[in-house]
Amino acid sequence: MNMIVCVKQVVDPETPAAAFKIDPEAKRAVASKDRPLVISPFDEQAVEAALRVKDAQGGKVTILSLGGESAKDVVKHSMAMGADAGVLLTDPAFDDSDSFATAAVLAEAIKKIGEYDIVFCGRQEADWDAGQVGSGIAELLGIPSVTPIKKIEIKDGKAVVERVVEDGYEVIEVSLPVLVTVSNELGEPRYATLKGIMAAAKKQLINWSSQDIGAVPAKSKMLKLFIPVHEARCEFIEGETPEEAGVNLAVRLREAKLL
Amino acid sequence: MAENKGVLIVGELSDGKLASITAELLGIGRKLADDLDEGLSAVFIGNGITDVAGEAITLGADKVYVIDDPLFKDYVTDSYVGALEKLSNDQAPEILLLGQTSMGRDLAPRLAFRLGTAVTLDCVDLVLDPDTKLLQKSKPVYGGNAMAVYVSEEGRPQMATIRPKAMEPLEQDVSRKGEVIPFDPALDESAVRARVVEKVKEEVVGIKLEDADVVICGGRGIGSAEAFEQLKELAKILNGAVGATRPPCDSGWVPAHLQVGLTGKLVSPTLYIGIALSGSSQHQAGMSGSKNIVAINKDPEANIFGIAHYGVVGDYKKLLPAFLEKCKELLSG
Ligand SMILES: Cc1cc2nc3c(=O)[nH]c(=O)nc-3n(C[C@H](O)[C@H](O)[C@H](O)COP(=O)(O)OP(=O)(O)OC[C@H]3O[C@@H](n4cnc5c(N)ncnc54)[C@H](O)[C@@H]3O)c2cc1C
Ligand SMILES: Cc1cc2nc3c(=O)[nH]c(=O)nc-3n(C[C@H](O)[C@H](O)[C@H](O)COP(=O)(O)OP(=O)(O)OC[C@H]3O[C@@H](n4cnc5c(N)ncnc54)[C@H](O)[C@@H]3O)c2cc1C
Repeated sequence: MNMIVCVKQVVDPETPAAAFKIDPEAKRAVASKDRPLVISPFDEQAVEAALRVKDAQGGKVTILSLGGESAKDVVKHSMAMGADAGVLLTDPAFDDSDSFATAAVLAEAIKKIGEYDIVFCGRQEADWDAGQVGSGIAELLGIPSVTPIKKIEIKDGKAVVERVVEDGYEVIEVSLPVLVTVSNELGEPRYATLKGIMAAAKKQLINWSSQDIGAVPAKSKMLKLFIPVHEARCEFIEGETPEEAGVNLAVRLREAKLL
Repeated sequence: MAENKGVLIVGELSDGKLASITAELLGIGRKLADDLDEGLSAVFIGNGITDVAGEAITLGADKVYVIDDPLFKDYVTDSYVGALEKLSNDQAPEILLLGQTSMGRDLAPRLAFRLGTAVTLDCVDLVLDPDTKLLQKSKPVYGGNAMAVYVSEEGRPQMATIRPKAMEPLEQDVSRKGEVIPFDPALDESAVRARVVEKVKEEVVGIKLEDADVVICGGRGIGSAEAFEQLKELAKILNGAVGATRPPCDSGWVPAHLQVGLTGKLVSPTLYIGIALSGSSQHQAGMSGSKNIVAINKDPEANIFGIAHYGVVGDYKKLLPAFLEKCKELLSG
């Protein structure tokens, strides 16, 4: 199995709301100094999904990321988890890509990488939450897609996947090559071991720029980005002891006709 | 490109009935169509579609296309995208809207790329720019920490998916007239590369989370599957349903389908009680529409207090049993 996993470096989504800042001019979030950029969580699960297929069948896992220089960290991290190779697409010409441009550049890079049976993406990025780059890549490559999934196995030359839906999941059989997007129901991603980290240092990391992969113009425009304001309105219920506070809460909710 | 006209919404059924998201799509669709001074169409795809077409008309549609064929018994990306590609090319709508549902979030991006246009998923507001008539699409980003507004000057139709419960449906008007039109996309079956082998439904005990009027949510601080039993008991006496943040689902304390938030269920009950959860933006994305929000957390700085109406700071293990007993007493009295 030849597998490609698309991963992106993002502002830590666990940043508390109070520490979350944006630059409204540049229209993007500003990472806080004590919170380093991270691999987008669903993308880490996508790497895990690929490694599980590799564990079961053997194969090669290539990591692909579009981002700034620092994005090499998330490629290295994925290689330390067990991926075999990495490709980083960096160029100022790729900045300000919308979903269309992002998918188009990634699809071109996948074609340039060459052989693939399964392409993995996350179900959505933790920054823009666009949730469309995976399906877009599949359409541009002309391969089927299943989104979002929690399990994938290869049987008789086909993929059997479990697609997460509102009231449960569907078992879907789909031909290869295929693109899937991975959801958190897959389970925890593995840790990068010390051995993995040392091995990753020796693995190949290719850099491509817009010279290798042409940049694509965006189809849409961001008019503005802002932080909605909520008025704080919380009425705190107190008590001498926690037990008493619990009782007082019930009484207050009853008064408010909520019980 | 200048030829595109009108608004098309993609309808859905839920247990054979018109889904509530579809009524909401018809509501916003009607408004946009009126602002454009053009028509509103809806399309239903499936097999053995019951009489929802008429209902869609009473909820605002001028035309309803019905694509009914055994090929569409199950939702499969290739067949549904293929059918809508044909309809969209045939009807050339200016605006095409879907619901942010299991179907819509898979279908919309693939269809947009097929049609060579842009889409914005999970929108909470849509307005037409009064001058340019372009659709301005507002969408929560960064897990709900911020809001972005997008427009697409190029590519038609302008596409979006709408977050459930973000839009108001119209009052049903049985005197409204409209046209029901069967549509045959003449799809080549060999273009469908996937098939649904099995559908596994998670068992729902008691009231469905999305429909419940009272929702009790537990977070990571609850600590174990056993401790969730107390939340279930509370839900029972308040006639509500139990939900959770992601960590309890990931840890297997509760089933995955109880997750409330950006990538889980959307709830907007009359009463929401959040216990031992911090109120991350991603969780808030699924519950901030609740009419009354109660938070119990031992950390007075927890984010959840920023949107709560009533809060108690303290250890839930001590607080909750007393709260539960008092509720029982008040409700039996
Ligand atoms: C000018 C402009 C216009 C925009 N217009 C829109 C718009 O109309 N609608 C809208 O929804 N958003 C819009 N955006 C935001 C835009 O969608 C994102 O910048 C971009 O599409 C990526 O989206 P995402 O990061 O949320 O990816 P998602 O679509 O959520 O990503 C899904 C998966 O694709 C893969 N992936 C995504 N990005 C990368 C990457 N850089 N490297 C490797 N893998 C990746 C990952 O596996 C990821 O899990 C706009 C941005 C700009 C700058
Ligand atoms: C793209 C993306 C999508 C996501 N989608 C979702 C989603 O749909 N839903 C979701 O919930 N999360 C989602 N998450 C995860 C989210 O970011 C948070 O990690 C998660 O919501 C945190 O859950 P929590 O509040 O239970 O845990 P924590 O943030 O760890 O909070 C636990 C809280 O419990 C309190 N506490 C602990 N013990 C006690 C006690 N004994 N008594 C009282 N209080 C106590 C603590 O003070 C703390 O505030 C998503 C993340 C990403 C990146």
